Amino acid sequence: MDVLYFAWVRERIGLPKEKVETTAANVRDLVAELSARDPRYAAAFADLSALRVALDQDLSDFDAPLEGVREVAFFPPMTGG
Amino acid sequence: MRIAVQKDAFDLGEESQRFASDVAISGINAGALVTFTGVVRGSEKGEMVAMEIEHYPGMTERAIKTITQEAQQRWSLADALVIHRHGRLVPGEQIMMVATAARHRSDAFEAAEYLMDYLKSRAPFWKKEMTQDGTGNWVEAKHSDEEALTRWD
Repeated sequence: MDVLYFAWVRERIGLPKEKVETTAANVRDLVAELSARDPRYAAAFADLSALRVALDQDLSDFDAPLEGVREVAFFPPMTGG
Repeated sequence: MRIAVQKDAFDLGEESQRFASDVAISGINAGALVTFTGVVRGSEKGEMVAMEIEHYPGMTERAIKTITQEAQQRWSLADALVIHRHGRLVPGEQIMMVATAARHRSDAFEAAEYLMDYLKSRAPFWKKEMTQDGTGNWVEAKHSDEEALTRWD
């Protein structure tokens, strides 16, 4: 699946987008998998309460299942307007 | 309903006029048009030279569409317009505008406020304040912005 990062999450991880092969059942498991990969991911995902997640461009939550999902995006709370 | 997510500047007068004409042409009996314009505010000490706005292409349009449809239903709006810019903007530049048309003004005002509240916390935009030395600080979401949504529950 495609995994996207925005704002300081993107800066901390060092890339805007990547393809990830995973069997993670839900977002929380995916976060654990990525965090175990590299300290940059661990740093970006250190505090999940400071993050939001979107599944196929719909705002979701960390317990949501990933089955059938093509695009996961991680970002801080939005500041539009 | 028109939604535009763009890098380019927009002309407030032209957009307002076009919105008013669209409403008039549609033949909908709207007695109230409300427009709101957001402008990039400089920092208090003036150290901010620009605001960089990042967004999530695809999701942004989709989120704004959902928010606008919700507003249209809640207040039976005749029409609505949302323009939001991204990229690098300097203080004083127009960053976004919202326009609503309804039969009565209270609906038009309330719907515009609702759109503003939701665009702030539910549309995927992130602002970074850039300083003279080229460094930047991400604007943190305010607790009060999230709280503002509860009044529409």
